[in-house]
Amino acid sequence: MADEIFAQVLGAARSHGVTEIEAIVSSGEDALTRFANNAIHQNVAERTRHLSVRAVVDGRTARATTNRLDGDGVRDVVEQAIAIARLTEPDPELLPLVTPGPEGAPLPPARRTGSTTAGATDRAQAVAEAIRVVESHGQTAAGMYSSGITHFTILNSRGVSASHSETMARFSITAMAADSSGWAKASAVDMADFDGVALARSAAEKAAASAHPREVPPGRYTVILEPAAVLDLVGQMFGDFSATAIRDGRSFLTDRIGKKLFGENITIHDDAGHPLQAGAPFDGEGVPRQPLTLVENGVVRQIAYSRQAAALAGVTPTGHGFPLPNELGEAPVNIVIAGSDVPLERMIAETARGILVTRLWYIREVDPYKKIFTGMTRDGTFLVENGRVVCGVRNFRFNQSLVELLSNVEAMSQPVRASGEETFDMVVPAMKVREFNFTEVTRF
Amino acid sequence: MKDLALRALDAAARRGVSYADVRALNIREREITTKNGKTGHAGSSESMGVGIRVVASGCWGFAATDDLTPSGLEAAASLAVEIAHSGTAARKGDVTLAPEQAYQATWVSPAGIDPFSISVDRNLSELLAVDAELRRTKGVSLAETSMHFERRRQVFASTLGSVIDQTRTLSGAGFSALSYKDGEIQKRSFPNSFGGQYQLKGYELVEELDLQRNAPRIAEEAVALHSADQCPEGEFDLILDSSQLGLQIHESIGHPIELDRVLGSEANYAGMSFLTLDRLGQLRYGSEIVNVVCDARPEHGPGLGTFLFDDEGVAAQSTDIIREGRFMGYMTSRETAAAVGEPRSNGCMRADGWARLPLIRMTNVSLEPGRQSLEEVFGADHAIYMETNRSWSIDDKRYNFQFGCEIGWEMRRGKRVRMLKNPSYSGISTEFWNACEAIAGREHWTLWGVPNCGKGQPEQVMGTGHGASPARFRKIKIGSAYGG
Repeated sequence: MADEIFAQVLGAARSHGVTEIEAIVSSGEDALTRFANNAIHQNVAERTRHLSVRAVVDGRTARATTNRLDGDGVRDVVEQAIAIARLTEPDPELLPLVTPGPEGAPLPPARRTGSTTAGATDRAQAVAEAIRVVESHGQTAAGMYSSGITHFTILNSRGVSASHSETMARFSITAMAADSSGWAKASAVDMADFDGVALARSAAEKAAASAHPREVPPGRYTVILEPAAVLDLVGQMFGDFSATAIRDGRSFLTDRIGKKLFGENITIHDDAGHPLQAGAPFDGEGVPRQPLTLVENGVVRQIAYSRQAAALAGVTPTGHGFPLPNELGEAPVNIVIAGSDVPLERMIAETARGILVTRLWYIREVDPYKKIFTGMTRDGTFLVENGRVVCGVRNFRFNQSLVELLSNVEAMSQPVRASGEETFDMVVPAMKVREFNFTEVTRF
Repeated sequence: MKDLALRALDAAARRGVSYADVRALNIREREITTKNGKTGHAGSSESMGVGIRVVASGCWGFAATDDLTPSGLEAAASLAVEIAHSGTAARKGDVTLAPEQAYQATWVSPAGIDPFSISVDRNLSELLAVDAELRRTKGVSLAETSMHFERRRQVFASTLGSVIDQTRTLSGAGFSALSYKDGEIQKRSFPNSFGGQYQLKGYELVEELDLQRNAPRIAEEAVALHSADQCPEGEFDLILDSSQLGLQIHESIGHPIELDRVLGSEANYAGMSFLTLDRLGQLRYGSEIVNVVCDARPEHGPGLGTFLFDDEGVAAQSTDIIREGRFMGYMTSRETAAAVGEPRSNGCMRADGWARLPLIRMTNVSLEPGRQSLEEVFGADHAIYMETNRSWSIDDKRYNFQFGCEIGWEMRRGKRVRMLKNPSYSGISTEFWNACEAIAGREHWTLWGVPNCGKGQPEQVMGTGHGASPARFRKIKIGSAYGG
């Protein structure tokens, strides 16, 4: 389908005297079954298609997008892109469209698909089983089960044609008891790679274990962050590993590349080819993604470069650019934080006094250079004393610098694919961190 | 559009449903930005599709499609019904909807100047002039400006017999100046952060905002913040500008009054609410001068939550949320109204486009103007004044919040004594509103637009309106974001 549509795009562009044209053709089918109060209450499906066209005219560029893929729709969107491009100012830094080949290594396999997507009945039955687990604990379940497939292709008038298809399934569940709750979530390219019943059991056990939460005063604590908590907090900083962000002065890595910023035990890669990763192996212009060593033994080593940022810096593009035109430039999106071999249970067993955190919530940046973030714990926060979990505690607000956090990591587990709600999925370990800064306690 | 909606409704109704509604939408958007003297983004988008919502076997089903052929509509209707039947695997009771009248209506929101009649090069030249003004101030590392325009025509049709054709045009514009110096980043935005001001207006909004005149002051403040004192930590009287107060209303009143949250529908994602049903009519939610309404009617103003009918065909209404400090009402839907003893929904169901299910969403949740003059609001012996949001966070039951602002000033008897950088404040929602001791009057009241409110799975992003005027709060905890 993409080739046929692109032939129409090319034809429409040439009829306006424009030869530099790029198109992204995408389509998807997604469905999500949502439940609350032990019943399915929202149950949806969508089918979408998009054509997004970028025209380059005399050093100017603009984009137009439509979901009308008939002949008139294609012609209209091409005309829009050209008309807007002609009205913009020329950009001396704008590059011609990318050509295939020389700017990157060969594309890795472009399909990541698991078993066929779940139908409405499959999802409903899986949800019903999970609800029964939570009900058997005398608790109330809420959550969702989604599955879908997306396809997209980037093509341009210089011969680039890069395609990617991917299935993705997600299951999350919150179990609620009278004054406590527990949560679990998983995502996978193949829905067979997670077990909704096991997730339900984990959430229910957390809710039971955190019943009658005690109020513990705020302060600096050793914390054990489960992978989802690590993901949602540490994941906030990767937009700054960007040449454009540094050039703009909005990155906390300004004046810090090559410096030791974090602990010796912190090594972070960006690797689209990692077996637990997902997403396209090329960027928003079709440039193949290169693996990056973002942090090595605490030292900031590499950052992402779009083609334009790379040209300005005189380096090779890394394949992390966003579709043009945009203000942000680029960012790594396939994060893998190297862990260690300390399982969560051992972290707990070796902690004299600390807080075990399942999940963090409503995380927002307080200071962009110190990289301080605020947020709350949620759905399973526990006091650890003398090597064991002793009780649930009321939820904390934190104000924590990520620079400080990644300098205070005492132990890490093996990394796993983690899924949260505050950033995109990553491969991260659980972490034991000293001196974590809890500043307030809420009422539950 | 009307034919499309009726064909989709017929496809659903023929399949043995007990209720169905459809929304056919055509959405047109334009986004123009600049960055350091160059075009940042220039683009347009168009989207058209149909969302079909049904009740069958006592359960909800929803399917959306952009295949608008007869077979595409039939397939979507069939899928919606199949999904509804699947819900019986985990059903606790049948969906019951509060009664609502059938309406035949057409409404177009007022737009003095059609924003799509203004050329892209004029958008750009106006933004680039602001951008140049910002960069005239030495020390500005990053100047950014933006305009956003959107037109949504929606035809709603339901098996109750309603056919409602609404067209809403909205505009947004703003700019920011960022300054990096010696390991510190400071930023100022105008007229608000995160893209500026958004209202249900045409291009006249851009003209009213007078962006270029305000650019030099904002750029100078961004640079001056580097040499300002750090905001102190402790308990102080707090004065908020109306834009920050708008976000305070959004987070600590708007979200907690969503009845679906209260009833548990959002427990796995957005969370629940401290406003349990037993608190209705009982809870002291503010001082006696605090009056808050949820009002979607056009007479409330050109807010992002203004319409004539919500997305399940209920007429726009005004509901008292807080009256003289007492908690009086929730935002409801046809399915939830009965839970609070109401015979009818108060019309707060809204969907982000044709591919999403309507949820209970804020319309315009506004703090009514007070009786104090601006001089009285600022007239405390000693207070800290904060302007323009920088960060916002609140727990999943909406008790504990923390906000950071771009700039603050220490105030003594109405006079600015010194500029403060990195100001923040925190508290518990009810305690905060109970500490309200002065609210400025109607002449200082602004209906702010929050364009990026997230809720639901799959997530939906909605624009909401919040009217507020500057207000003062007694003994608020300040500065703990940088504490510890």
